[in-house]
Amino acid sequence: MKPMLKLSLSAALVAAAFAAPAFAGKTLDAIKQRGQLVCGVNTGLAGFSQADSQGKWTGLDVDYCRALAAAILNDGEKVKYVPLTAQQRFTALQSGEIDVLSRNTTWTLTRDASLGLHFVGVTYYDGQGFMVPVKAKVKSAKQLKGATVCVQSGTTTEKNLTDFSRTNKLDMKPIVFEKQEAATGAYFSGRCIAFTTDASGLASIRNKDAKDPKEHIILPELISKEPLGPAIRRGDDEFFAIAKWVLYGLIEAEEYGVTQANVDQMKTSQDPVVMRITGSSEDMGKLLGLDKEWLVRVVKTTGNYGEMFARNVGEKTPLNLPRGANNLWNKGGIQYAPPVR
Amino acid sequence: MSAEPLPTPRGPSPAPRRRQWSFRSEAFRGLLFQLFAVVLVGCGIWYLAHNTLANMAARGIQSGFDFLAQPAGFDIGETVIPYDALHPYWRAFLVGVMNTLRVALVGIVLATILGTLVGIGRFSRNAIVRGLCYAYVEFFRNIPVLIQLLMWYLFFTDWLPPIFEAFNVGGLFLLSKAGFSFPVPVWSFGVALALVGGLIGLLAAWLYRRWALRKFEATGRVRSLFWVPLAIVAAGMVLGWLVGGAPTAWSIPRAEGFSMEGGASATPEFLGVLLGLVFYTAGFIAEVVRAGIASVAGGQVEAAGSLGLTRGMAMRLVILPQALRVIIPPLTSQYLNLTKNSSLAVAIGYPDVVSIANTSLNQTGRAVEAISIIMAVYLVISLSTSAFMNWYNKRAAIKER
Repeated sequence: MKPMLKLSLSAALVAAAFAAPAFAGKTLDAIKQRGQLVCGVNTGLAGFSQADSQGKWTGLDVDYCRALAAAILNDGEKVKYVPLTAQQRFTALQSGEIDVLSRNTTWTLTRDASLGLHFVGVTYYDGQGFMVPVKAKVKSAKQLKGATVCVQSGTTTEKNLTDFSRTNKLDMKPIVFEKQEAATGAYFSGRCIAFTTDASGLASIRNKDAKDPKEHIILPELISKEPLGPAIRRGDDEFFAIAKWVLYGLIEAEEYGVTQANVDQMKTSQDPVVMRITGSSEDMGKLLGLDKEWLVRVVKTTGNYGEMFARNVGEKTPLNLPRGANNLWNKGGIQYAPPVR
Repeated sequence: MSAEPLPTPRGPSPAPRRRQWSFRSEAFRGLLFQLFAVVLVGCGIWYLAHNTLANMAARGIQSGFDFLAQPAGFDIGETVIPYDALHPYWRAFLVGVMNTLRVALVGIVLATILGTLVGIGRFSRNAIVRGLCYAYVEFFRNIPVLIQLLMWYLFFTDWLPPIFEAFNVGGLFLLSKAGFSFPVPVWSFGVALALVGGLIGLLAAWLYRRWALRKFEATGRVRSLFWVPLAIVAAGMVLGWLVGGAPTAWSIPRAEGFSMEGGASATPEFLGVLLGLVFYTAGFIAEVVRAGIASVAGGQVEAAGSLGLTRGMAMRLVILPQALRVIIPPLTSQYLNLTKNSSLAVAIGYPDVVSIANTSLNQTGRAVEAISIIMAVYLVISLSTSAFMNWYNKRAAIKER
């Protein structure tokens, strides 16, 4: 009996070793079959992904998911949002719990190469900064010698802080919290002199959590590059292509003046690039496995990149972030999309 | 048919049986099934591990423990051993383990003392003391420990004054948002020798106690069992200090800029974890001690009283030693709970091994490896604690019979 059991167990093991992983090459099929895109977002970061009191999600990262759903499923509302902490986010994507991770995640070599992911592109070029109380009378990050700094764990922030501290011989002491609320709470109670995260996050937190936003300043130095963008699992090249070109399409649309308001009207334009964007000349969508109106639907759902930016984090919002590096390449920024052709 | 003589009865020890290697022997069957169970469990574990590794490789997720030799690249807020960001990951994990042990050991000692006092207090003749102990147990046992940790941390960070307005006692002890800062002697050869002298004094004191106890049992003459050993330890330390050159340099904490320079600090994170765990676990230990004391036969109390022992002496010399047999096994569980609950420290920023592993996990992407390191660390700490307590339990038991 024993040898038979061992033999059947070994057979099962050999079979398991050759079994293909469950989700490779099938993410797109799973989304279409489910009829819903499952999108991993932040638990609550104003301007990027935040749920209001009715449970409706808004933000730059949320808008990307809506655009992707509009392209694949024809409806930007067919999205399920899964709020994730910094620790959970990669495991959720790797395990198949979510289809796309749109959670202000920095694109780095380690994450691109060793986690089995692909980064789709950059939705927001950011940098890490510091926030200090005005009372501390600090004008530059280089004055923070020996300072205690609150950080959230599970992000690129700790390593950048250490690099900056060592380069400038500041001997900063990090206090690392698991949850962002604990980290900001410790900063606002005065336990730490400074709080550090991406500059966009600093603006969002100061606006949302500070008792008086004017009592805190964001120091001018950006100590690292933080290109934030969505990520997907490896193994589905078609889904990767669609995800990339939805993002590039949004940027192209802004470059050629196609907006949420005028996209229907633009279908009759004679500009050859606009005709390709709206699908009235060549059918670019077919090459991606979609229909020719894919980009029209996308722009109608969320507007072009500039409109997404302005609506979520722009001048008229409480975050009031300047376009800066996120402007188009021909307007002083570095958002440059490969052409839709 | 002749009457055959009855076979002579055999002696009390028959000839040794030969081992039977067949299914009819119960011992052999038992051995076989145990072996089978071990093989089954082993196969199960191997299947899980192999499946995990195969899936990870198929999805392009890198695995392996080789990341432990890479430079860590992150600072740690408080460390017992020297550490900086260029040290490898395994050293960062070591710092985390030392931080966990620091809070676990101090926490176990304080929780035991507090819990024992509260447990004994439940038997006090004073109704207020009894009521307070009862209220303490009910309050601190029933609130989730994470909430208690957060409460303590909020208390420390909100109520303590900022560093430049630190509340100081005699200029030597400072209380501020950086924690409780106290002077420490500057580390030098003399200080090291003083510690070595103290350890030798500890050994000498233990030997003295054994001798004094033996003499007491033989002759009945009482010798000091506390003050003399204490004096021996102190003498050892002073002797070591003198031999090392009698250094008098102290490092006094002062507020400078944004941090506290000099001295040593018990940070609010450490104090929050420590006090949260101590007050929570002491509630449970108090109930364990109460159960142990209640398990001692009432006749013992009366006998102690009839011998002329005061209530305090009766508790110390008669009741508690007998109660120890009942107290120690659940007490071991409470110690293990305290050690494992210290992993919640990551919620309030104390850099224990879970916090370090979280950071390493994020930076290297090696989730399975980092979690297995955490599990191994806690397993080793817990097994050592229970092994020690089991040994102590055996020692406490022998005195009975």
